[in-house]
Amino acid sequence: MKYQSQKISLAYFAFAMVLFVVQVLMGVVIGYVYLNPNFLAEVLPFNILRMLHTNSLIVWLLTGFFGIAYYIIPEEAEREIENPTLAYVQLAILVLGTAGVVVTYIFDLFHGNPFLGKQGREFIEQPVWVQLGIVVAALIFLYNVTMTVLKGRKTAVANVLLLGLWGIAIFFLFAFYNPANLALDKMFWWWIVHLWVEGVWELVMAAVLAFLMLKLAGVDREMVEKWIYGLAALSLFTGILGTGHHYYWIGTPAYWQWIGSIFSSLEVVPFFAMVLFVFTMVWKGQREHPNKAALLWTLGCAVLAFFGAGIWGFLHTLAPVNYYTHGTQVTMSHGHLAFYGAYVCLNLAFITYAMPKLLGREPYNQVLNMVSFWVMTGAMAFITFALTFAGAVQTHLQRVRGENFMDVQDELTLFYLFREGAGVVVLLAVFLYLYSVFVPREKEIIAPAATPAE
Amino acid sequence: MQTKSTARNIFFGGTIFFFVVFVLLVAHSYSYIVNVSTPPLTDSVVRGKKVWEENACIDCHTLLGEGAYYAPELGNVWKRYLANNDNDPKAAREAIITWIKSMPTGVEGRRQMPHFDLTDQQLNDLVDFFEWTSKINTQNWPPNLAG
Repeated sequence: MKYQSQKISLAYFAFAMVLFVVQVLMGVVIGYVYLNPNFLAEVLPFNILRMLHTNSLIVWLLTGFFGIAYYIIPEEAEREIENPTLAYVQLAILVLGTAGVVVTYIFDLFHGNPFLGKQGREFIEQPVWVQLGIVVAALIFLYNVTMTVLKGRKTAVANVLLLGLWGIAIFFLFAFYNPANLALDKMFWWWIVHLWVEGVWELVMAAVLAFLMLKLAGVDREMVEKWIYGLAALSLFTGILGTGHHYYWIGTPAYWQWIGSIFSSLEVVPFFAMVLFVFTMVWKGQREHPNKAALLWTLGCAVLAFFGAGIWGFLHTLAPVNYYTHGTQVTMSHGHLAFYGAYVCLNLAFITYAMPKLLGREPYNQVLNMVSFWVMTGAMAFITFALTFAGAVQTHLQRVRGENFMDVQDELTLFYLFREGAGVVVLLAVFLYLYSVFVPREKEIIAPAATPAE
Repeated sequence: MQTKSTARNIFFGGTIFFFVVFVLLVAHSYSYIVNVSTPPLTDSVVRGKKVWEENACIDCHTLLGEGAYYAPELGNVWKRYLANNDNDPKAAREAIITWIKSMPTGVEGRRQMPHFDLTDQQLNDLVDFFEWTSKINTQNWPPNLAG
């Protein structure tokens, strides 16, 4: 850590990790409700629990991005963050808003109130006052990092990162546009959801991977900078029109079936390019960085994003396939591995890299940390497989044979049982990860194998 | 450094190009939705959508395939109930409202829909919203009545 203000990211990471636990815990709870539907049904119905699950995921990933940016920007711009106090004000707004959301959801406060009550569009159910708070927090953040870069060194990594973060803020504004026509509502709702995760978030991902490669593999900046614009270009050239794969069956014109099928199939390309990028950089790099755990998470991030977002996305993206699989457990399987691979692993990789630096010490607990990677990843893969098979069975019974939804769901119980078992393992792996990152010890219990001298 | 600035220019130029194409297509889709693929909105449909949102129905059900996957698709619930009630709209409406009012069943091992305190007006608005939604031209999705 070269700049004092990088310490800001520590507070962001801590808050992000609290919400990470909430998110996975809620996932385990709703996974259990699938098996025992009467559990909590009268107290906290499924829809409320699911809002907590999805919303905490989104907020912690974004909080993680903010923390990452506060770490990366000073090193790239070669100066302190413009106004560290404002960065903590921003975090306070996010914490307050999150607390407001949780309390509003759980007690269903101000039901139906257009400003204070929860809203009902998926993922953006937050009350309007919280969404306005998010806008204020985003403005503070953008001011802070943009001014830092404008007054400092301008690098490709910082440019792409900033562009991604600006895009996140701009597309979030569509949360305030809710047309009465459901088809229009859905069309623009995807401007937030799709243009985030299959658009501007990928810019953040490319920039963070590039930064980690600079540090962990020790490659030339020039080489990384050549790659990063290529990765960003591939992401947006495919991702923008790839939005079409959400416009098949919602009242939009039929031509989206062609546009969506073609461009969203190509969305595999940027994810494959990111795999090539990280492995090429490690191969060409001259540095044996001591933080092996961070390297594992980084490589894992690119590979799992390729499988989760790329392959599992392609699995059901062609319109004739999607006609049958749309809105089944197939979508669930893709959603889980894509978010885990691309954005959860990205955050965990960066936190693994940054924590020792923030605490001013050598990497620690590396073996535990790497064990948590393999356990978490193995369990997430298991969830993905269970849901993929559930989705295949559901597609056949419900979409091909036309059997009643609830009857089909009863046939899937075994898959949901497998999924829940793996979910509990994910939760344990999360605790293992957090222990390895937040409880440093003096001496490594198992020292990582020393690199043999040449 | 030649290649880096070339890459950057391709990135910005291409992104602007694809975004402009996207915006034009969405603009066309906007008018297609308003004029062709959806029936005219009525006040009760607009109110029904509010009822749908205020109660976070999307976090159990899907609507046109989007939402949570815990409870049945409701984009075609109107057609399902029509088919089950000899195509009698009045009976279908009654059946949907009776269903909502009788929740939760509390039956052991069955997924539970919460009890919502809805007025008769709200219930009827909600059904109007379902009926309106079932008339959106969705390119024949879902494949069958099961949703």
